[in-house]
Amino acid sequence: MYETTYHRPASIDEAAALFAKHPDAKYLAGGHTLIPVMKQRLAAPSDVIDLARIKDMIGIEATADALIIKAATTYYDITQSAAAKKAIPAIVHLTSVLGDPAVRYRGTIGGSIANNDPAADYPAAVLALNATIKTNKREIKGDDFFQGLFSTALEDNEIITSVSFPIPAKAGYAKMRHPASRFALTAVFVAQSKSGEVRVAATGASQSGVMRVPAIEAALKANWSAGALDGVNISADGLMGDIHGSAEYRANLIKVMAQRAVEAAS
Amino acid sequence: MSTVKLTVNGKSVSATVEDRTLLVHLLRENLNLTGTHVGCDTSQCGACIVHIDGKAVKSCTTLVGQIDGANVTTIEGIAKGDQLHPMQAAFRDNHGLQCGYCTPGMIMSAIDIVNRHASDLDEETVRHELEGNICRCTGYHNIVKSVLDAAGRMKVAQAAE
Repeated sequence: MYETTYHRPASIDEAAALFAKHPDAKYLAGGHTLIPVMKQRLAAPSDVIDLARIKDMIGIEATADALIIKAATTYYDITQSAAAKKAIPAIVHLTSVLGDPAVRYRGTIGGSIANNDPAADYPAAVLALNATIKTNKREIKGDDFFQGLFSTALEDNEIITSVSFPIPAKAGYAKMRHPASRFALTAVFVAQSKSGEVRVAATGASQSGVMRVPAIEAALKANWSAGALDGVNISADGLMGDIHGSAEYRANLIKVMAQRAVEAAS
Repeated sequence: MSTVKLTVNGKSVSATVEDRTLLVHLLRENLNLTGTHVGCDTSQCGACIVHIDGKAVKSCTTLVGQIDGANVTTIEGIAKGDQLHPMQAAFRDNHGLQCGYCTPGMIMSAIDIVNRHASDLDEETVRHELEGNICRCTGYHNIVKSVLDAAGRMKVAQAAE
């Protein structure tokens, strides 16, 4: 790791002010992506600004319509939250199959979403539920947030402060985990909103990161059942192919994971 | 350079180190606590796991500044004098280690698993929850046996206290 200067601001405003002073800084949350990348010398921020202990950025609350998770809340705290379990059990399930127990103690929802790894879990939930990402400057809809591999609508100095997930009528998540990295080889989040809209998002599959799957959305809109997807064919165009699985394999996984997600949905 | 204050295995520690210092390096190189190992160095293998405020985390992926003020427990801090921690004793009795490289991390993770699951710990849960710890010798079988055995011993030890 190259040399860096560590800062721990007490508030969101103080963090943003530090960033303004140090244009080559990076925000740090749980550190379970940024620190490995810094160790590999693929990132060399002059300064790291730690958001993980800012009290205003930690906590979970549920209203009648939304589950609001503040950005520096750890995966572990999400898995333990009775409010989250009651509001959107699929989010808690997604969190419980993310990383491993030691990673879940440190990793944060805001960090995962800001990083937008093409095989990360939360982007699928954000897109399928069309969550609202709240930052220190504005609100961004899930539809507008993800902009391809590791890139988002966030400006360099912008901080995600919370994520608001609309509570759906039903939602489910199914993941084929890569057994070594625990990232998604392909995973699918299915959601039916209270107004009947069906949205389906796949992660780990596309070369451009998290994506919606219109063919599955249409089939589930007509008939919300795993069987309704038997005849659906997903094109392998634009999907990732690597030593772990071909694009065709991932195309089939999208369908199979969607079926399992529908079966698991509640 | 920054000064960090920690409690490590019950002792107050103050160290002035570069901001890029990782907890595992502070433990091994500044405090000579070499029981905590660097395995993969990419947060996959768990050889570097220690407890920070009672939670098992990867010390190779933690900057010391992030945990300023915390209470750290390493493998060196769990025995009571000559008396092994029940998890250490169970690993010895069940042949839960071969080369021993992964063992400190396994034991620190396993104690956390038992603490979180208390009485309802079964084999499937142990196997699932040990996924952040890699062992290249044992095939995990005896590690799982050790953890389940230790869960019983820890309950007895707790009841006796």
